[in-house]
Amino acid sequence: MSIGKSQDLKYSEVTPKKWYMSRRTFIAAASVAGATVLTGRSLREMFSPAEHAHAASKIENLKKGPFSTTEKETPYKDITNYNNYYEFSTDKYEPAGLSKDFKTRPWTVSLEGEAKKKQSLDVDSIIKLAPAEERIYRLRCVEGWSMVIPWIGFPLSVLLNKMEPTSKAKFVEFTTVYDPKQMPGQRRGVLDWPYVEGLRMDEAMHPLTILAFGLYDEVLPNQDGAPLRIVVPWKYGFKSAKAIVKIRLVEQQPINTWNKSAPDEYGFYSNVNPEVDHPRWSQATERRIGEFRKRPTLKFNGYGDQVASLYAGMDLRKNF
Amino acid sequence: MTPGKNLRWIKVVLFFACLAPLALLGWKALHDALGANPIQVITFSTGTWTLVFLLATLSITPLRRLTGQLWLIQLRRMVGLFAFFYACLHFTTYIWLDKFFDVHEMLKDVVKRPFITAGFTAFVLLIPLAITSTRGMIVRLGGKTWQCLHRLIYVSALAGVVHYIWLVKKDERVPAIFATILGALLLYRILSWALQRTKSPSSRRPPGRAWQQQPDAIGE
Repeated sequence: MSIGKSQDLKYSEVTPKKWYMSRRTFIAAASVAGATVLTGRSLREMFSPAEHAHAASKIENLKKGPFSTTEKETPYKDITNYNNYYEFSTDKYEPAGLSKDFKTRPWTVSLEGEAKKKQSLDVDSIIKLAPAEERIYRLRCVEGWSMVIPWIGFPLSVLLNKMEPTSKAKFVEFTTVYDPKQMPGQRRGVLDWPYVEGLRMDEAMHPLTILAFGLYDEVLPNQDGAPLRIVVPWKYGFKSAKAIVKIRLVEQQPINTWNKSAPDEYGFYSNVNPEVDHPRWSQATERRIGEFRKRPTLKFNGYGDQVASLYAGMDLRKNF
Repeated sequence: MTPGKNLRWIKVVLFFACLAPLALLGWKALHDALGANPIQVITFSTGTWTLVFLLATLSITPLRRLTGQLWLIQLRRMVGLFAFFYACLHFTTYIWLDKFFDVHEMLKDVVKRPFITAGFTAFVLLIPLAITSTRGMIVRLGGKTWQCLHRLIYVSALAGVVHYIWLVKKDERVPAIFATILGALLLYRILSWALQRTKSPSSRRPPGRAWQQQPDAIGE
């Protein structure tokens, strides 16, 4: 499975580029510093994007899960330094630095709504509900770029079944933590905080939908949604809510944050679809991070065989 | 103060300073420091610098009038041409690294995507200005016609800022800064035009001439 990855050299053992580059960087920096001052750009900015070293712990007893792609995985460095995480910053290069001290323990997730077993569960007990699986999924951002990410997690259905949904549970609503002290992006009203996402019950129960808590054999880095997030690979990235504190089963379709912010641009479903453009840009192609040429975007992000039947008879232009 | 002989040196320094953003970009590219999405960074950087240079060009007239440093006008052509230079780089990134010379796709974009339409307009309007930026062209066109033509820069800057506002997904802080500065620069012109009219009501001068009467206001 592990394509392009050496068997005996773990990524965490590789000297971060930031360190071995630093001497050369210094010499070059000294020579351009003058020009930089003239144009008023800060030195800090010169070295952006700041690549952050990590000291994540390994996840043991990993099993290979189904549905993994054999496409080349996006490097760890890119997955952890290029993040859309507006709770920290609207700049994709900033969450890595800003989330460094974010506290992911203790962490409880409140399970509420149309369920027989409403409860608050500690994140560590949730993680133990099922064996950890590796799921190598494509991720397509609504902005037109994509990655291939080796997530660690297990099907969300495990947790939902534990809640024992009632017959009224038609949708699932996910809420991200609201903590402006730790999340500087939440101090500004760019979006209506806290971040809310939602899925239809059958989408949430689908075996492709996972609860993720790891990345590349290791504990999920903060900037990627630690300690616990959803991954829904056939939908645009923003549907996969991060740092979840509440899962509520509801009868009515939840209003997700991006939909609230721009209803004509971001729908509830937001399935990856090259035929339905964003009102302001095309969704026909995407730039895979690390690749030079753009590639065509696949309907349902290439997971049509698994999920197209969920939308049989629906007008995907209307239900974008 | 007139810089006199120093003007030449000021121009040399300014020339290299204007190249610094490109140098920095090239340096980052060589050192693999453009991050996960280098093409996006190049597109964004060249676009931002185009707007910076456009606004800098538009700042020169108010600056020289407010400070009395009349010689500043002699830097305007270079700054304006650098705006065009970065616009060319930005446009090249788009047609090459984004569209890979697919003319059909590009035309579709220009027609269908308002933010591309605005950006394309901003770029196309700069072309005649760059072509007629030489002293010979000013003579050939005549000062008045030349000035009139070069007022296209207002439209171009406006289209450029609109282009930026329309492409942003959500956080409009930075485009708002550009819009505010452009607004102030345009307001200055409107006010000085209005002021000129009230001062000399009999004057039949066309609007706009008020802040560009000095002979050195044209080119260098």
